Amino acid sequence: MADRRRNWGLLAEFQNPARLLEAAQAVRERGYTKFETWSPFPIHGMDDAMGLKGSKVGWIVLAGGLTGMTTGLTLQWWAGSIAYPLVIGGKPLFAWEFALPVTFELSVLLSAFGAVFGMFALNRMPKPFHPLDRVKRFKKVTDDAFFLTIEAGDPQFDLDESRKLLESLGGTGIVVVEE
Amino acid sequence: MATLTRDDTIFPPPLVAGDPTFGSVTDTICRIVEKPPTIPWLVAFGAASTVLTMLLCAIAYLFWEGTGIWGLNNPIGWGWAIVNFVFWVGIGHAGTLISAVLFLFRQKWRTAINRFAEAMTIFAVICALVFPGIHVGRIWAAYWMLPLPNQMGMWPNFRSPLLWDVFAVSTYFTVSLLFWYVGLIPDLATLRDRAKGKLAFWAYGFFSLGWRGANRHWQNYERAYLILAGLATPLVLSVHTIVSFDFAVSVIPGWHTTIFPPYFVAGAIFSGFAMVLTLAVPSRKLFGLQDFITVRHIENMNKIILVTGSMVGYAYAMEFFIAWYSASPYEAFAFVNRAFGPYAWAYWIMVSCNVITPQLFWFKKIRTNIVLTFILSIFVNIGMWFERFVITMSLHRDFLPSSWDYFSPTLFDWAMLIGSFGLFFTLFILFLKFLPAVAIAEVKGVMPQANPHWEGYHKHAEGGAHHG
Repeated sequence: MADRRRNWGLLAEFQNPARLLEAAQAVRERGYTKFETWSPFPIHGMDDAMGLKGSKVGWIVLAGGLTGMTTGLTLQWWAGSIAYPLVIGGKPLFAWEFALPVTFELSVLLSAFGAVFGMFALNRMPKPFHPLDRVKRFKKVTDDAFFLTIEAGDPQFDLDESRKLLESLGGTGIVVVEE
Repeated sequence: MATLTRDDTIFPPPLVAGDPTFGSVTDTICRIVEKPPTIPWLVAFGAASTVLTMLLCAIAYLFWEGTGIWGLNNPIGWGWAIVNFVFWVGIGHAGTLISAVLFLFRQKWRTAINRFAEAMTIFAVICALVFPGIHVGRIWAAYWMLPLPNQMGMWPNFRSPLLWDVFAVSTYFTVSLLFWYVGLIPDLATLRDRAKGKLAFWAYGFFSLGWRGANRHWQNYERAYLILAGLATPLVLSVHTIVSFDFAVSVIPGWHTTIFPPYFVAGAIFSGFAMVLTLAVPSRKLFGLQDFITVRHIENMNKIILVTGSMVGYAYAMEFFIAWYSASPYEAFAFVNRAFGPYAWAYWIMVSCNVITPQLFWFKKIRTNIVLTFILSIFVNIGMWFERFVITMSLHRDFLPSSWDYFSPTLFDWAMLIGSFGLFFTLFILFLKFLPAVAIAEVKGVMPQANPHWEGYHKHAEGGAHHG
């Protein structure tokens, strides 16, 4: 190959969600690991077809929630008992009952941060540029087109073999994407 | 008369009317954003931003002069500011209910209206946050509400429901904004990929964070969305519960009751759904979204108004019962005074709008009538504002008859109430023009052809029809 740029991989378009699901299943069964499907909306059953493990977002949310809870309790206890003790109606300086609303709100707040920013981190977002942006047709992925890519970095990847596989699965407009 | 065919029972009627394709959904919704502003839009925006300017002027004068420009007096230290605050927070709650609670219950009909309703939530909470913010009197000390280290070594009193409220409403605003934004990301990417101009490409490109619809991304995205829905559900209940604590934790007859949290939450959902309808009915007409926001959506929302309206009516009755049953003369007086005292006019406006109006929705003819729905939704909005007014005005006859007084709003009370609608509608009208008003990716996901088994079903259904 005389290309100055390295190959990123192969891109193929499929007619509808059903074809894409079948193709993903077949590509996976051939032993590919670095492949991805692209669609305008999440497709039911695609995670299983691609053999993906569950999302890890939940663990980040748990960490966020526990941090929020600890922060809420510590803040209220420290502010009211150590930093600025206020005796109101002769009541003790700290009690968990009155601390509940603020603790709850902070747990929810930091859990939500965990969900959103955790999702961004796991998805490596923001990602202003991707090799697929070179393919004009790929812009339709946010409209009504369904794509499958196999990365050149996959140990199973072979330009001719992989292209034939995608063709046999009904992929159209197959192109080599440059890095 | 429509008869239910066998296919209807196996394959429920589609959620998007008019037999659309994925491409036509993208086109219909994006075109609203992409075409130049229409004359009605410009007129609406001009009117709303004029009213907003009035609010800003009134606030500027308030900062200069102090809260004395309102009609507040000695027993009534909380006037329209708290009434408007609770009113706007309540409006916001329907948005969260539609986006989060109905999502958890897998009510797929919500997809057409959730973007809309979430935007309403955020703008309503912005309006709500204005009022406690400007009510502090010494605006330069507003940051004292937050637990910030300061040179005086002072910290806020965490036993105060007003401080809980600061945490509740600001958390609610932040989480609603994140939830809305996460939902918007794939649709912003759609607008980016369709953008003709440089500015649109860069603006939508910046906020879509490089979304390209990879399945590994959808997986994390869907999980994050589900968790956010799960977080927003208890959050929305906690927010109005804590708002009701502002009243219920004080020792004032008519306020110090345990019914307040559930009663406030039901009222919030009631008023919020009314506001969704007030906004959705004209917008669907104006932007040609009748295929997305169908009569079925409107009927479903009217049913929720019927349920929550009945709960609110029950709460009004129960308040009276408990006032009598408690045998506290102050409690009993507070309620008799509400219904027959100087504010009886407000009380009966509240009862007619909130108790009688929703009962009309028992009739299917009324639930599916667009014009009547719009009119009744405005009645509910008015009634729910008066509910908060009636509750707040319990202050006007306190324990000591010598301090009794009557609250009359001033010009500035009016300017701020009307002006807050200007703020709300300015934001809402901008939203309709610059962001997709219907969740594009989500709507595609609930269309029958999005199901990978659709082809099989489709053939089966056609074959069945031939033999049947």
